Amino acid sequence: MAIAMTLLTLALLPFVAALAIALLHGAPRAVHSGIAGGASAAGLALLASLAAPALGGDVPLARWDWVPSLGLDLTLMVDPLGWMFGLLILGIGLLVVVFAHSYLYQNEDTGRFFASLMLFQGAMLGIVIAGNVLLLLVFWELTSLASFLLIGFWQHKAEARQGARMALAVTGGGGLALIGGMVLLGLIAGSFDLATILARGDIVRASPLYPLMLGLVLIGCFTKSAQFPFHFWLPHAMAAPTPVSAYLHSATMVKAGVFLLARLWPVLAGTELYTVTVTTVGLVTMIFGACVALFRHDLKSILAYSTISQLGMLVMLLGFSLEAAALAAVLHILNHAAFKAALFMSAGIVEHETGTRDIRRLGGLTKAMPVTAWIATLAAAAMAGLPPLGGFISKELMLYQTPKLVLAGLPWLLPVLATVGATFSVAYSLRFAAHLFAGKPREAEPFARAHDPSPAMWAAPALLTTLAVLLGLVPMLLAAPLVGAVTGAVTGSAPPEVELGLWHGVNLALILSMAAVAGGAVLLWRHAGLLALWERASLPDAKRMFELTLGLADRWTRKALVATHTPSLQRMLLASFAVTILLVIEGALTGGGVLTGTRPGLPANLPAIAAWTLLIAATLATALDSHNRLRALLFVSVIGLVVSLAFAVLSAPDLALTQISVEAVTVLLMLLALNLLPKQPPVISSASRKTRDAAIAIAGGLLVGGIAWAMLTRDPGPSIAAFHLANAKPGGGGTNVVNVILVDFRAYDTLGEIIVLGIAGLGIFALLDTAEVGASGARLRAWRADMPHSPERHPMMLVAASRIILPLTLAVGIYLFLRGHNQPGGGFIGALVVAIAFLVQYLAAGFDWSDARKPFGEHNLIGWGVLVAMATGLGAMALGAPFLTSWFDYFSLPLIGKFELASAMLFDTGVFLTVLGAVMLALAQLSHVATRAARAAGEDKP
Amino acid sequence: MSYEFLFASAIGVLVAGGIFLALRARTFQVVMGLTLISYAVNLFLFASGRLVLNRPPIWDKTVSEYTDPLPQALVLTAIVITFGMTAFVVILALRSFLETGSDHVDGDRVPCDAQDGLADGEGAEP
Repeated sequence: MAIAMTLLTLALLPFVAALAIALLHGAPRAVHSGIAGGASAAGLALLASLAAPALGGDVPLARWDWVPSLGLDLTLMVDPLGWMFGLLILGIGLLVVVFAHSYLYQNEDTGRFFASLMLFQGAMLGIVIAGNVLLLLVFWELTSLASFLLIGFWQHKAEARQGARMALAVTGGGGLALIGGMVLLGLIAGSFDLATILARGDIVRASPLYPLMLGLVLIGCFTKSAQFPFHFWLPHAMAAPTPVSAYLHSATMVKAGVFLLARLWPVLAGTELYTVTVTTVGLVTMIFGACVALFRHDLKSILAYSTISQLGMLVMLLGFSLEAAALAAVLHILNHAAFKAALFMSAGIVEHETGTRDIRRLGGLTKAMPVTAWIATLAAAAMAGLPPLGGFISKELMLYQTPKLVLAGLPWLLPVLATVGATFSVAYSLRFAAHLFAGKPREAEPFARAHDPSPAMWAAPALLTTLAVLLGLVPMLLAAPLVGAVTGAVTGSAPPEVELGLWHGVNLALILSMAAVAGGAVLLWRHAGLLALWERASLPDAKRMFELTLGLADRWTRKALVATHTPSLQRMLLASFAVTILLVIEGALTGGGVLTGTRPGLPANLPAIAAWTLLIAATLATALDSHNRLRALLFVSVIGLVVSLAFAVLSAPDLALTQISVEAVTVLLMLLALNLLPKQPPVISSASRKTRDAAIAIAGGLLVGGIAWAMLTRDPGPSIAAFHLANAKPGGGGTNVVNVILVDFRAYDTLGEIIVLGIAGLGIFALLDTAEVGASGARLRAWRADMPHSPERHPMMLVAASRIILPLTLAVGIYLFLRGHNQPGGGFIGALVVAIAFLVQYLAAGFDWSDARKPFGEHNLIGWGVLVAMATGLGAMALGAPFLTSWFDYFSLPLIGKFELASAMLFDTGVFLTVLGAVMLALAQLSHVATRAARAAGEDKP
Repeated sequence: MSYEFLFASAIGVLVAGGIFLALRARTFQVVMGLTLISYAVNLFLFASGRLVLNRPPIWDKTVSEYTDPLPQALVLTAIVITFGMTAFVVILALRSFLETGSDHVDGDRVPCDAQDGLADGEGAEP
């Protein structure tokens, strides 16, 4: 079990760190970076402890059931491929944390930054150690979300927001395609378990669904890894802080697509469709990215396009479907991670110390910042693939493979095009180093400011560059065993013999490589002229095309919506009512049978008939006299009163209590709203429209009344009431069966309901809290009291009486709450009565007086209420019973005697708190807005 | 006249009034209509347990006949949720009126600022 715990800790550690950082939001920066760095280092240690089994062929694996019915297990697995990526994610993550600690400016929100960074780390690590493809998808989506937060970290910058949105749209959209592809893959292979799927490559490739599945998976991979034509989000993602670019956009997130191609190699690779598609896309991306990179001016933009190009090369190598090419890809993943992260950090240092990232304004920086110059130049040389650096070896391996694949029937095509791509890579790498550090400064101002940063800032890129150098000098020692094991894991066969070295004698690859270096030098030499040519050519702007597409999608969606929904509520409601009525009539006609059943009725007495008459009259008055809104409200409250009476008479004391207290609160709320709403709007319905509506209304009323009549005159079918009645006392410990149902038998429903109520309360808060700005605020300020007011603002008698009533009402509310389990009452009713007790104070003494003396915050009440109710349910789980199982027992104390304690009481406390919070929040907020409006109106008056 | 007839006819009248009001053009009238329909729905749900006099579902050793408690439990929460919904819709109507200066359900710019206390503020956008 030790392995299982190690795997689980490894997977959860970043998330725990993210949560801890978020909770310690106000702490100093060192705490945030300390937690992030500590978690990364601990993760590295765990990973190191797994090195021997992971690389030795005895893959650590642990599996827990999650949603077995969907085939979704929590399976974690660290094979060599996952181990290597884990090393990159945690190792570079640690370095990025170190770098970011110095890089972020004084007043930045480091808590949010490091929490998002760790969230991303956890998601990315999850992708590479997931052993179930559905689990992998969960983490995949999480990386898109986390990267959205990180790219948009500087929320005040428009380009950060746009970049974040674009990245989310492209990678999230690709994620959707990937979900489809992975589900298809699982269905074809008959399992969602990764190891099982990988063993069934032949079945998958033979399936007729293979092309569709492959297409969807490839869209997911290509969007994530910024392959042409989905590449455009990556340059815009450079609006992120540089540490994020160094982490997400060099070593980790953009490699997720490459990782997935490698991961699914045994299943996907080998078919002609796969080889041609993947190789071509990779090749085009490689050449295109390298070409654009040569002509960009922003340092990070250069690096972004170079990343696109390098990712293209990796994708192309994986597309070859050859073991040796996979080996080259694996080695280049290591190389690229090392030099590209170092380059991003160097670009960050240059920007940090000179104030600009525009390469046209910089130059000759070697004198001002020698350490940075060394680091960046060596890393750029590795990127160019110059000997004796790591990049040279992997680039030569790549070129060596190109003649093995014939594209479009031309054997020379691939080597030539790959060399063209390599030539441009050499050119932009050399330009990055030369234009930045060599020659004379182009502008004085950035140069004057420039200086090397503190070692804390250059330590991380220096370490990475050293690795990039050592990967070239001692590749057999440093990389060969790992590369061999990983290649074996990619191809799903035994690890190959790995022979890495700088010198293999004169062969085609060396000649091509030398041609690329020479060509690159020429391109750099003629750069100014080429740049002028490039800028004269008007090339399509991917961002504008993206926005155009989004705009089109928006317009068409709107059209489709308008075509199916008319924007008029009146017309929609009319259609809904009419269709429903027609359906019911149709059902009644085809169903047959008589309207009146045989169940004998209860003879009504005179008071009942009187109350009924009152209700009918009040309903008609509400409907017909609704223009005078205040009067309509009074009529509605009459209806509510009669309904409460009906409940009281018809054996439902709980409902009667609830209805009457809800009635009071509702009328109060409407009164407050009415104060601000227009009271008597002009009549705008035509007579014919009214006639039509009346006809529909009467038809609806007749039908529903008829159904109710038909139901009431028939005996009910077998009911589960007997169970509830029999078990309420022995099983639930209460004699009020309605309450026992609410807090015990159907407590899950109640939990959902109080959450809904709490959300409604918070929604009301959100609507009113923001009402003071913009057009709505202007109207509020221009509000004039238009109702007759009492000459006294807070009448003395009312104030005095309300204060005397307060303790009494509170006592009644608490009494109703406490006895609820056995007598009519309970959390809902008690909370409403207590809310009324407080609201009367608001009514009598005004908002300010009452609010200042209120001992609680409504938000807290809602939150605590839901938490208490949840905790009660979880408590049962902790004791081994299902969620929300109740418990009760009897105790006796001297003086008090025998009494009962039930966990349902605790649950009801949660209900009580939530209902109280939601009601108070709605009314207090509304009265607050009204008060402020009234006050503003009062101030305007002379 | 039986209780059943009174109950069913009251539900019918409430639904008719509710539908008529819900089809009106002013938000407050629509809210009133929703309130009436909610009464009707709650009464209807309650009626599914049938009408019983003097047999509240409070368990007692000496009593053997009770009314059905389950519809009552469902209606109890429905009443509270109705309040939550009504409150939300009222506030939504209020906010929409404050934003647009019109209390037409479709947010049309039907002028009604002239007759009541709320005039267009200076900063208000058209």
